[in-house]
Amino acid sequence: MRIFTLLGRYFLGFVEEIGGIFILICRIFHLSPKVFRNMGNVLVQMERIGIGSIPLVLVTSVFVGAVTAVQAAYQFQGFVPLRYLGAVVGKSVTLELGPVLTALVVGGRISAAIAAEMGTMKVTEQIDAMEMIAIDPVEYLVLPRVTAATVMLPVLAVFSNLLAILGGMVVARISIGVSFNLFEYGLKMLFRYQDLVGGLIKTVFFGFIIALMGCYNGFKTEGGAEGVGMSTMRAVVSSCLLILVSNYLLATLIFRVIFAPD
Amino acid sequence: MRNIRREFNGQQVLEDLDLDIRRGETLVVIGQSGCGKSVLLKHITGLIKPDSGKIFFEDKDITHFNRKKLFEMRMHFGMLFQGAALFDSMSVGENVALPLKKHSGLSVEEIRDKTLEKLKLVGLKDVYDKYPAELSGGMKKRVGLARAVVMDPQVVLYDEPTTGLDPIMADVINQLIRDLQHGINITSVVVTHDIDSAYKVGDRVAMLHGGRIIFTGTPAEVAATDHELVRQFIEGRSEGPIRTV
Ligand SMILES: Nc1ncnc2c1ncn2[C@@H]1O[C@H](COP(=O)(O)OP(=O)(O)OP(=O)(O)O)[C@@H](O)[C@H]1O
Ligand SMILES: [Mg+2]
Repeated sequence: MRIFTLLGRYFLGFVEEIGGIFILICRIFHLSPKVFRNMGNVLVQMERIGIGSIPLVLVTSVFVGAVTAVQAAYQFQGFVPLRYLGAVVGKSVTLELGPVLTALVVGGRISAAIAAEMGTMKVTEQIDAMEMIAIDPVEYLVLPRVTAATVMLPVLAVFSNLLAILGGMVVARISIGVSFNLFEYGLKMLFRYQDLVGGLIKTVFFGFIIALMGCYNGFKTEGGAEGVGMSTMRAVVSSCLLILVSNYLLATLIFRVIFAPD
Repeated sequence: MRNIRREFNGQQVLEDLDLDIRRGETLVVIGQSGCGKSVLLKHITGLIKPDSGKIFFEDKDITHFNRKKLFEMRMHFGMLFQGAALFDSMSVGENVALPLKKHSGLSVEEIRDKTLEKLKLVGLKDVYDKYPAELSGGMKKRVGLARAVVMDPQVVLYDEPTTGLDPIMADVINQLIRDLQHGINITSVVVTHDIDSAYKVGDRVAMLHGGRIIFTGTPAEVAATDHELVRQFIEGRSEGPIRTV
């Protein structure tokens, strides 16, 4: 008996969570026309989310590109000629590694920052105070963050793609002995612009998820410092999980339906 | 307010609470720490919805108000939060000016003048460019007060306006609450532990205990009452009908 009550409660909590997230999404879309009135805030957030994440994305991307080149060359041994190295690095980076790893590292950074900020505002009654002066916190706080993240993630992903390919190219040259020309040859040979576009479309959704999870969990914060810590953790975990799950769904949708190979 | 009930995690905080607040009066709410005074104020503004019961503002039941109507109503409300609740990403000036910037349509200079005027009212004209983290607790409270009254609201709710202030500043704030009421006929609700200031600012005093209003009366009536709970509270005795352990 006990176990059913427990399961039931768990299930209800889950449904409540989904409902809460859904309501927040609806309110964001409902308020989205007002984004132009809050342009100042959007720009501030774009700077924090976009410019602020550049060093992180830079290091991540360069090393991911480098390791991809090394691992690909290792697997090629004796089977695949090294002139395909550029193709493999290019494909894996633009399709998956660039978008997803950017989203994961930026997601950890941004959703934690947003959740901690919103959570602190919640527990110190700043959110209540905002409501009290008839300012909608969703319009004033959530909308600019969601907009900024949604816009900046694809930009960061482009940057990440470039750096990762560059990293792969340099490593290919130095430690594998594939010249820049040969690498470029492979890269161009199998390049499809759909890969690039498809990968970037995914990051639009990732950006939305990151800011949404940060705000949602921040707004739900109860209690004091411990509560803020909990929401921050929840924000990071939920945004990373949602990124991975939605990545699968989006990849299926984009590469098997929209850009399906004919 | 009629038959307000509200519980948190199974703990009944307000239970069948009835309270009338008259236009233009200053009502002081006293009561033990943790008895639900702040929760009561948040019900009046619709920040918290009751589990059951109705709350009327000018004959309209606000418990069924949607967000838009609540916002319209709150344009006529000002609230000082117990912890001041200043926006810590903004300077003091921006904090006080924010409601004006969002809702008044005044020019930048007009907003600045008005903000400075209100800050002067609470004795803080030099902190305009400071950030909340650089202020003392009492200063934050006064900035919160300036922000609460900057829109010249009809109703102002004060959650412990004088707690944490020195006696002189406390008197200044009490005087300010009085002046606001007399000058532009504001309705005020003041939550306080400070019996002196309750007598000074209140037209009526209400005591909250056990989730209900157990007593209301003028300061004179309070001073003369033989209601045991109220006597114990105003005399500040640890022995009596109210148990602390
Ligand atoms: N958000 C909340 N979640 C759970 N319990 C709450 C919440 N807000 C208030 N309570 C509970 O309601 C009760 C009343 O709280 P409230 O803040 O109104 O007290 P108070 O009368 O203002 O006390 P004080 O004079 O110390 O400020 C407390 O026992 C508190 O535990
Ligand atoms: Mg309180």
